[in-house]
Amino acid sequence: MTELAQEIVIRPGHTARHYWSGLWLYRELLWFLSWRDVLVRYKQTTIGVAWALVRPLLTMLVFMVVFSVVARLPSEGKAPYAVLVFAGLLPWFFFASALSETSNSLLANERMITKIYFPRIVIPLSSILVSFVDFVISGFLLLSVFLWFSFYPDWRAVFVPLFGLLALSAALGPGLLMSALNVKFRDFRYVVPFIVQIGLYISPVGYSSGLIPEPWRILYSLNPMVGVIDGFRWSLLAGEFSLYWPGFMASLAINLLLLIAGLAYFRRAERSFADVI
Amino acid sequence: MSTVISAENVSKSYLIRHERRDGYVTLRDVMVRSARNAAQRGLDLIRGRGYTNGRSQEEFWALKDVNFEVSVGSRVGIIGRNGAGKSTLLKILSRITEPSSGEIRIRGRVASLLEVGTGFHPELTGRENIFLNGAVLGMSRQEIQRKFDEIVAFAEVDRFLDTPVKRYSNGMYVRLAFAVAAHLESEILLIDEVLAVGDVEFQKKCLGRMEGLARSGRTLLYVSHNLTSVSQLCESAIWLENGSVRLIDDANKTVQAYLASGTSASEGIAVFDSVESDKEAFIHSVALRNELGAIACKFDVLTPISVEVRFACRRKFVSWRLFAAVTRSDGITVFSTTTWDYNHERHPIDSGTYVAWLMIPGRLLAESRYLLTVGFGEPPDRRHDRHENCLGFEVTGQAFEYKRSIGMLAYPFQWRIQKEKENATT
Repeated sequence: MTELAQEIVIRPGHTARHYWSGLWLYRELLWFLSWRDVLVRYKQTTIGVAWALVRPLLTMLVFMVVFSVVARLPSEGKAPYAVLVFAGLLPWFFFASALSETSNSLLANERMITKIYFPRIVIPLSSILVSFVDFVISGFLLLSVFLWFSFYPDWRAVFVPLFGLLALSAALGPGLLMSALNVKFRDFRYVVPFIVQIGLYISPVGYSSGLIPEPWRILYSLNPMVGVIDGFRWSLLAGEFSLYWPGFMASLAINLLLLIAGLAYFRRAERSFADVI
Repeated sequence: MSTVISAENVSKSYLIRHERRDGYVTLRDVMVRSARNAAQRGLDLIRGRGYTNGRSQEEFWALKDVNFEVSVGSRVGIIGRNGAGKSTLLKILSRITEPSSGEIRIRGRVASLLEVGTGFHPELTGRENIFLNGAVLGMSRQEIQRKFDEIVAFAEVDRFLDTPVKRYSNGMYVRLAFAVAAHLESEILLIDEVLAVGDVEFQKKCLGRMEGLARSGRTLLYVSHNLTSVSQLCESAIWLENGSVRLIDDANKTVQAYLASGTSASEGIAVFDSVESDKEAFIHSVALRNELGAIACKFDVLTPISVEVRFACRRKFVSWRLFAAVTRSDGITVFSTTTWDYNHERHPIDSGTYVAWLMIPGRLLAESRYLLTVGFGEPPDRRHDRHENCLGFEVTGQAFEYKRSIGMLAYPFQWRIQKEKENATT
């Protein structure tokens, strides 16, 4: 019993110390909560996990018809349009669902917050993990799309996990911010669906970011999802898509900035969660 | 003995907003208020006055300068009226919320049980919920696996382990939830009124388990309205009143003093400030009247006591009940009664204000000091309003021809005496 010697000091503002080691102690809770949400999500559905595949597949078909057939937007090089859309759609879907789930997560677990102690960040983290599970499952869909069009990525595909992590961080920053704001200002419940809706158009989901005129490209890249989606396309389209480095770096910087801001705000706000929720 | 918990000048304040009763605000409110405040400040500056900040907010001290120490292996009860700060203290001790000032040092792993079944999910099976709830309470997976059989045996749900808990009866649900919590391996256990749930048999089992835990060297902090269980289970008790410590002493002495204070403060009527609340039904006042109809707090043992309860409903209730209980000053409940006890037919009640009378006959309560609890509920288990020990009264005088110790009741029990036939004894 090594914990016997450990002394807990409770005083205003003291939670800041041992924050990350405290989180490590609760890693099993993080896993259990994610497991619970995954289990519950598919428990009463007939086709279960297949939902994670059906949604992106149908959206891809709609996008293909609207953007490629109707609007006649070009693809990148020799890459089929479906592959281009799919490489953008997967991270976008992850981001959208992670942001919506995370921002509501604290309110959905109100009982736990007012009755039990644990690092509060476990809750938004677990809902992000749940969305990440869907993300990974729908990743397998991409394989079948490659097979269907007989288009295969090259060595750049090894970087996919890296961009996956980037997508995770892009969702985590705003997600933390929104979840904490949502506790205090219920208005953000309406803001998030709006962000997700607008975001679909200002991110290169249904089209390639190469279509954005040069002078606007840097401004366009301030959207953190631009970097993530471009990254996915770069690593999956076998050299057909070239990365616009200044824009990618700007996007990366904003991504990081949002993550730091989200974490900082969350840590400041979490002290009073139990009092205001 | 070494100290495991020491609290120094612990205070906790909340800001109460006057415009809204909810804890949360909307952005619009904040914008309107800040605009108004800014304008106000501008005006104040022009007129040469100081800032008038926080006009619409009031500070409320849920806890004020609380000091106490708990030594290792002791069982401490925390008592006090509703709103005295008991739950806030437990929440601070279990790190759910931070104190506004002061410091607490705790040596050892703390497990808190403020609610039974937190984190339970109705869609999951009993087995899944045991693991989930265990993790929520801070157990590791190995720990849960090791205790799994014990937990299942304690909860008596082994046949339903793979049934979703939404199909459980209320009793099964509570048993399972308590069983998980009761098998926590922590040095310090904080418990808030969880025994108020479940049937009597199970409550006994829980109390037994808690006693067992305390015997095994664990430190126990126990908040309860059930004063009998506090004096049974705990060695010492902390009495909180309006956020401050009123008394820390041996459990029996503290309970006695707490109960006695209810009597001395009473005037035979209690008016509750619940009109402002958002309760759907609430009790407005309780008064005790003697034979002559006058409000009193001292009654002769021979005369009846009339309990007058004024209550209001804000909507129609199809099923409802008023509840009253009388507790003797040593914490033993003498009786409890509800308007639902003998008449289960439905008498719907419309919204409006009502007055009800409960007659406690003369020659029933023996001479002693008593406390009255009243409540309004909606069967089977919704509680809308409840005022624990809200009114104290005293029964004096002599029930019988000569003075003797008579027990709890002064009821004139009937004796029948008959001479047996002569030949039966010979």
